[in-house]
Amino acid sequence: MRNQLGIELPETVGAYQVRPYMGLDQDQPYCGCIVSQRKAGHTKAGDTKLLPSIEDAILASGLKDGMTISFHHSFREGDFTVGMVMEVIARLGIRNLVFAPSAVVNLQGFRLSDYVKNGTISRIEASGIRGELGDALMSGEIQMEHPVILRPHGARPRAIESGELKIDVSFIAASASDEFGNCTGQIGKNPCGSLGYSFVDAHYAAKVVVITDTLVDYPCCPTSISQQYVDYVVQVDQIGDPEKIGKGAARVTKNPRDLLIAQRAAQVITASRLYKNGYSFQTGAGAISIACTKFLAKTSKERQVTASFALGGITAAILEMYDEGLVKTLACSQSFDAAAAKAIYDRPGVVEIDNADYANPYSKGCYLNHLTFGVLAALEVDTDFNVNILTGSSGQMMGGLGGGPDVAAGADISIVALPIIRGRTPSVVKRVFTCCTPGESVACVVTQAGVALNPKHKHYAMLKADLEKTNLKIVSIQELQSLAESLTGTPKPIPTTDRVVAVVEYRDGSVVDVIRQIKTEP
Amino acid sequence: MKKQLKRTSLYASGSSAAKMLEARFYNQDCIVYDLEDSVSQGEKDAARFLVYQTVRYHKPDNQYVLIRVNGLYSAYIEEDLQAAVRARPDAIRLPKVEHPEEVQRIDQKISEIEKAAGIPVGTTELWCNIESVLGAVNAQSIATASLRVVALALGAEDYTASMGALRTKAGPEIFYARMQVLQACRLAGISAQDAVFSDFRDMEGLKEDLKTTRTLGFDGKTVIHPSQIDLVNAAFTPSKKEIRYAERVLAALRDGEKQSTGVVSLDGSMIDKPMEIRAKTILAQAEAAGMWKGED
Repeated sequence: MRNQLGIELPETVGAYQVRPYMGLDQDQPYCGCIVSQRKAGHTKAGDTKLLPSIEDAILASGLKDGMTISFHHSFREGDFTVGMVMEVIARLGIRNLVFAPSAVVNLQGFRLSDYVKNGTISRIEASGIRGELGDALMSGEIQMEHPVILRPHGARPRAIESGELKIDVSFIAASASDEFGNCTGQIGKNPCGSLGYSFVDAHYAAKVVVITDTLVDYPCCPTSISQQYVDYVVQVDQIGDPEKIGKGAARVTKNPRDLLIAQRAAQVITASRLYKNGYSFQTGAGAISIACTKFLAKTSKERQVTASFALGGITAAILEMYDEGLVKTLACSQSFDAAAAKAIYDRPGVVEIDNADYANPYSKGCYLNHLTFGVLAALEVDTDFNVNILTGSSGQMMGGLGGGPDVAAGADISIVALPIIRGRTPSVVKRVFTCCTPGESVACVVTQAGVALNPKHKHYAMLKADLEKTNLKIVSIQELQSLAESLTGTPKPIPTTDRVVAVVEYRDGSVVDVIRQIKTEP
Repeated sequence: MKKQLKRTSLYASGSSAAKMLEARFYNQDCIVYDLEDSVSQGEKDAARFLVYQTVRYHKPDNQYVLIRVNGLYSAYIEEDLQAAVRARPDAIRLPKVEHPEEVQRIDQKISEIEKAAGIPVGTTELWCNIESVLGAVNAQSIATASLRVVALALGAEDYTASMGALRTKAGPEIFYARMQVLQACRLAGISAQDAVFSDFRDMEGLKEDLKTTRTLGFDGKTVIHPSQIDLVNAAFTPSKKEIRYAERVLAALRDGEKQSTGVVSLDGSMIDKPMEIRAKTILAQAEAAGMWKGED
């Protein structure tokens, strides 16, 4: 069968029933009561939740073969907790787990693929599976019976609330906690900032284990996740390294190509009639995104325009805008660097938000529905404006869905910023290898060779009229594609087998694309 | 209109395919694919081939394209000229020109290559780099040595070395050379290109240097890094008064053409070719800065 994007999909992948993507803003089939695994508790004065070790907590949680476990990825590549927990689980001989973190990132000294190979993990549901596990799955080195389910950030809370993803035990790394589980990522030895991804896990998991390296006196203040959701608390030496979350302000690019693209993306924002006091934005954490924030700040200062809020992953560059009074509120579902991680505690307008509050449209409200501008990175974009943020030019797993599909759908003006070629590979192509964000939700593509507007986007006429008043070079997406291909040549299609390695779900749980195993040379 | 502009010319090394590809996307008016200083001895052949392929088959259509060849007395010049002319750039940039005879010799060679390649003879333009005491002294005769010469560009580093002077950011040591180049260009009615500002991280220093560039009357400046382009372009934004005058010059020429008057004058002065070129340049600069909308 084919979905609305014309992508051929199987009816089923193992036990997974494929529901094809049918367009933006579809109702999801599930509209019943919220599904929760949370058990009622009974605590009395004098009780304690503090356990001496991770092993004790795992045993107390009742974790058994075939259950589902979750983690947040707020420490990104500086996370130590996933490795510590998985090592104990494997030692205890618990097998066939569903590993369902908010995302899988490259972790130092920890190879997730080892746990798949030894049978500890048999299923994965996440936002992305970059790194060695992704590569091993794509090459067929590791073959899992169930496909990896990839969901954008907004879809994960929806899947949990609908009961598609039932978490048995959630392990939440918190940089400070009291003995009763009031915890936060904002203070302590190793703050990671917002615990945005963990709220939904804490609220709906059957058991919640807080792992901290800074045990504070009762009550932990501030509290992000309340004691009422927490079963056990464990203290360890170090939960993660905040310096490895992101390189923050130091990461401002000097690459002239990226600066040019960033400048043009910022120009698209500032040329729009929607850029006025009270606008809102999400710019992200890539090199182009951070530079774009800097250019946006410069113009906002010159023209005295103040944003009502900045959203999503917050960086030091966005924090500077807050400190200069150029944005009133930073709604952080994630803190993208050490500076941003500390900011929620320091600044009254920098607030921690639940990931569902950020991006889940299948709720009673989310921030993204109020977003004016979203700047998105991409690996590839095609002539239908479909965006690939997962797979690279030779089919390797390069990224995660993150909030990209959510931001594109939610923002009034969604801007995909990318170079038209990377090395010898075109990034503007006839058809993306993996569709992650449907083109219909993308307003424009900004490259060093010009800006392509999407005629099918809801705000096409308005944006076209606004940009025609500038000196920005407006080109068609086809022109960008043929220019890219004229410079690099036409790449050979990546050969794949029929085996589906991963399914790419959209916000509503429908399938936008599947990722097939790469056919290797015999 | 864009090709009228020569505010910025960016060097891209012929030894880097990636840099040459990227260079076309920046905001410079002129792009100089380099075979000389940025290419090591061992890479000269490969760079020549790369530059030929780039210019012949991927020439940016909205920029003025130059190829800088190796020294006029180097072992590479014959092959460089063969490749460069056949690649069909807008111009060839000659390094370290010191005598008008050198230009004439190159002019003749280019004509032979154009003829052999079926390129209309005389269409390949020349920019001459003035980079020595001798070049500066002979600037006027170099500027008029061939009809192909459309610009002189000052190379301050080599010039300073040839003077035994110290190179400074303020640049008093290159004042004479700047004036020599400027006067030669004005007399010949060609474009005067100022020297690079070498410290591409020092934006404040570049701004100061640009004040001199503009005050003296240069038409453009060579840049060594894309980060310098926007500042240099901005420095060549004309005033409203200049734009109005340029419009009147071109309107007077159009009227003269309609009425078939041989000589056209404005406010009592005859409009000559350099005035016409200057007016067109001003309007192109205004258009590029978003201050004026062209009719074409």
